[in-house]
Amino acid sequence: MADKEHFAEQAMGYMSSLYSAALRMTRNPADAEDLVQETYLKAYRAFGTFQEGTNLKSWLYKILTNTFINSYRSRRRRPTETELDDVEDLYLYHRLGGLEAAAAGRSAEDLVLDRLTEAEVKDAVESLPDPFRLAVLLADVEGFSYKEIAEILDVPIGTVMSRLHRGRRALQKALQPFAEQRRLTAPADVTS
Amino acid sequence: MDREEPSSEGQPESPGYEYEASTYARSVSDPCQDAIATLYSFLDGELTSESRVKIQYHLEECSPCFAAFGFEAELKAVIARKCRDDVPDSLRQRVAEALRAEDVPT
Repeated sequence: MADKEHFAEQAMGYMSSLYSAALRMTRNPADAEDLVQETYLKAYRAFGTFQEGTNLKSWLYKILTNTFINSYRSRRRRPTETELDDVEDLYLYHRLGGLEAAAAGRSAEDLVLDRLTEAEVKDAVESLPDPFRLAVLLADVEGFSYKEIAEILDVPIGTVMSRLHRGRRALQKALQPFAEQRRLTAPADVTS
Repeated sequence: MDREEPSSEGQPESPGYEYEASTYARSVSDPCQDAIATLYSFLDGELTSESRVKIQYHLEECSPCFAAFGFEAELKAVIARKCRDDVPDSLRQRVAEALRAEDVPT
């Protein structure tokens, strides 16, 4: 049984990553702040049920995710799963010249990926339908394992893997126009 | 839980594949398809050590797959790096006050 008095010192350190996730989920700062506050209140009230020694971060994310799904997700119309842009594996890599760039001694990622702005990457992530966006956020931004994501989202691991796979391909499609633009404005030759 | 991809079993060793620019689709052989099929599990650290070693071995001798994996790894890192936001001080205060208010008898 966890001690409520120690809640603040243990849980407050996660606010920065919870707030970033909340922003990607709700897509607006006012809702994100409300969602984070509600998450901390629920966690505080339920802290007695938290098992000391288990993963506090994933417990907080489970509360955050459930609160989002139950209270925030239907506020605005969102693209549904069937509207998800799906493309082939390695879509962005191929569109950016993949092997040709590698053959010329400059890798596509060095030329383009790091030039993407934060706003562009956030836009692309936020364009994904909820189930895919949540999976990509939890895996790529927060670094949770498939097992942890399955527990947070309360779905089987196979579902986590397929959402991640489709979500990442759709994310590549969403990033592609930004990446093309970065490539066109990149210096002609950065290898010399 | 074992999440190993069954398709990677019983494949021949990589044929010592020769690199050729912009012919990726034509050049893809079975070991390459196996590697691409497990790309995300590999990058997410979710493969069994046996499968992981198999992929690493393939990447050492297959430059097209090595380049593609490098791109995907960098993309994953860029997404993590560029999705961070600073918490407004007002939010930290709001949360702290809300938690204090929980303990005040009404």
